[in-house]
Formats: sequence, structure tokens, C-alpha cells
Amino acid sequence: MHPVRKQRLIFVVFVVVFATVAIGLMVFALRENMNLFYPPSKIAAGEAPVDKSIRAGGCVMPGTVKRSGENLDVNFLITDGSADVKVFYSGILPDLFAEGEAVVVNGKLSESGDFNATEVLAKHDENYMPPEVADAMAAAGNAGDGAQHQKTCEVISYDS
Amino acid sequence: MDWTWFHRLGSPRWFYEKSSVWLPYLWVLTASLLIAGSVWGLAFSPADAKQGNSYRIIYIHVPAAFLALAGYYVMAISGAVGLIWRIKVAELTMRAAAPIGAVLTFVSLFTGAVWGKPTWGTWWVWDARITSMLILFFLYLGVMALHNAFTHEETANKASAILALVGTVNIPIIYKSVDWWFTLHQPATIKFTSESTIDPSMLYPLLIMVIGFYALYALALILRTRVEILKRERRTKWVKALALGSA
Repeated sequence: MHPVRKQRLIFVVFVVVFATVAIGLMVFALRENMNLFYPPSKIAAGEAPVDKSIRAGGCVMPGTVKRSGENLDVNFLITDGSADVKVFYSGILPDLFAEGEAVVVNGKLSESGDFNATEVLAKHDENYMPPEVADAMAAAGNAGDGAQHQKTCEVISYDS
Repeated sequence: MDWTWFHRLGSPRWFYEKSSVWLPYLWVLTASLLIAGSVWGLAFSPADAKQGNSYRIIYIHVPAAFLALAGYYVMAISGAVGLIWRIKVAELTMRAAAPIGAVLTFVSLFTGAVWGKPTWGTWWVWDARITSMLILFFLYLGVMALHNAFTHEETANKASAILALVGTVNIPIIYKSVDWWFTLHQPATIKFTSESTIDPSMLYPLLIMVIGFYALYALALILRTRVEILKRERRTKWVKALALGSA
């Protein structure tokens, strides 16, 4: 290779490596701030700030959704398998909201450890299947495997 | 090793003439893949168990997002090749790739917002995946703006190629964002290392659409590169002859 071209190649490699290391370190330093929400285990461990606008995310524990008879008030437990947080909300829930599905709630954590949500977002998983297949899988008690960081709600055991 | 093919590829005239031969085939391939994929995906594949028919936006959203990421590497690598070997066609390809990538990124952001409203309950959320995708959009616009900011073409090529190269850091961040952090966006469905978590009846049309978008990308890139070639070589004999011949 021509020495001038070789020099330019080294320059290009240097730019890419330098930028990767610099931005990589920045992202690593900010890694906690990159999370959109706190999982219930971090809230239970006291890592989430109280009375500040934050988001919490987890799976809606089956059998815990309680709706008020007169108004839109609803409360339910969200869990990540190791801890759970009680969420209070008043409003219309998204279509995909269901027991055993993931949600991200926006609101404030109270002193008592309950979460007062102003917004509830449904977080759908990465599985797509026709209704017949879903029924068959539910009948067989089969569940998909989760990603490294974000477990799908099927793999969580709700017994704890 | 014989490098003549590499240098010939670098000649704008050779590229222009050769690509005239490729284009008709590429048009047919792109059109048939996109028509087959969208008809299959929109009309014949089953509805999703949870999302119903709204999941069908996946057939635009995912291929557009794939190509927005892959297209960035096309742009950055052409920029690097232009920077190192001063190959004209590579410099022109980098220029041509920026607006195509910007459009694809916009399409994936827009379809994502439209999809997010009925499923998540919101158009937009500042999670890691969506924010890093927005940064990708700005990177594409930045490369275009930086190139236009210089009157001297060589400086413009150099500066925008370096910006494109620095921006490559963002691509693995976008790709892994859903695994590294808690996001509202779900993790990847089509996996390269393990089985994809989508039913085959929905996966096949999606794969056809992905290949179709690759073909569409190649087509758009070649068409735009040809325009850039004509603009840059407008004073040469062969372009003048071409213009007079077709007029």
C-alpha cells in the first residue's frame, strides 16, 4: 500500500477507535440515566427517589388488578419477579394493558412505597404469533425465553 | 493481487455505464419483492394474538429501521474509502447515501410513533432505543449539512466522511440499546444467534420485505450516485456527449 494511503488508513482507524472509546466511556458513565424506568426491585431497595417524577416498569401481577365501581380508579401490583410495587392510577388504560403483561408507569413514589401514576403505558414483548398459536401455547403452558436485560413476563414466577 | 477491478470501479464513467445495465433488473427485483412482501404481509399473514392488525406496520417499520442502520455503514465505509484512496465514486456514494438514510430513519421513527400510539399508548417516549434512533437521524442530516457548508469539494468530502465515521459508534448502541437498558421498546424479534420469536407465517413476508428494502436501498443508492456523477462530471466530454445524444 502506498505510504500516504497507509497514513490515511491509520488516521481513519484512529478516528473510529477514538470516537468509540470516548463515547463508549460516556455511555458507560451515564448507564444508569439511560434507563427509562426503575424495576420494582430497585424501588423496594430504596434506589428510586421519593416524590419525584419517575417511571417504574414491570409485569402486572395476575389477580391484583382492582377497578373501582364508580370511576376510572384502578390499582394493581407490578413485579419483576423479586419485588413488587403497588400502583394507583385514575384514567383510561391502553388496549394492551392486561394481567401478566408488562407496563411502564409514569408518576411519583410516595413515602409509603406506593406508586401514584399519572400515565400508564403498555410495554409489549417481542413475540408475535397468530391467535391459534397463542391459544395452543397457553394450553401447553409453554413460554418464550427472555432477553438478557428485559425478561418477558411469561418467564416470571408470580408465586413469590 | 490484481487490483484493476477496484480502480475501474472507481471510475465514474465506468460505474455510470455499467449501472445502466444493472438498473432494469434491479427495478424488477425491487418491485416484485416489495409487492409480494406487502401483499403477503398485509393481506394474507394472520393477525397477532395480542395486537390484532396493528402489528402489520412491522412490515414497513422493521425493514426501514434495518436499512437505516445498514445504510449508515454504507455511508461511513464509502466515506472511509474516499478518504483513504481518494476514489471519486466512493465520495459520491457517501453523498448519495446520506439523504436515503435520513429518509429511512424518518420512516422508521414515524411508523414507530404511529405504531406506539395504539399499542403502548403514546406517540413518543424518550427511551434509549428511540432517542438513539433520533440521534441517527440528526447524524444523517449533519453529514448532509456539513457537506453543503463547504464550497471546496475536497474539504467537504473529508469533513463529512470524518463525521460519518465518528457517528458509526451510534449503530451498535442503537442495536443493543434494548438489551443494555430498560426501555419501552421491546427487545429484538429477529435474532441472529437464536430462534426468532415470531411465527413463521408472519416471519416469511417480513424477510421478503427486508430483502425488498435492501434491493430498494441499492436501487436508490445507484440512482442517486448516477445523478451525483453527472453533476460532478458535467464538464467532461462523455457527459456532454451523453446529454447531446439523449436530447
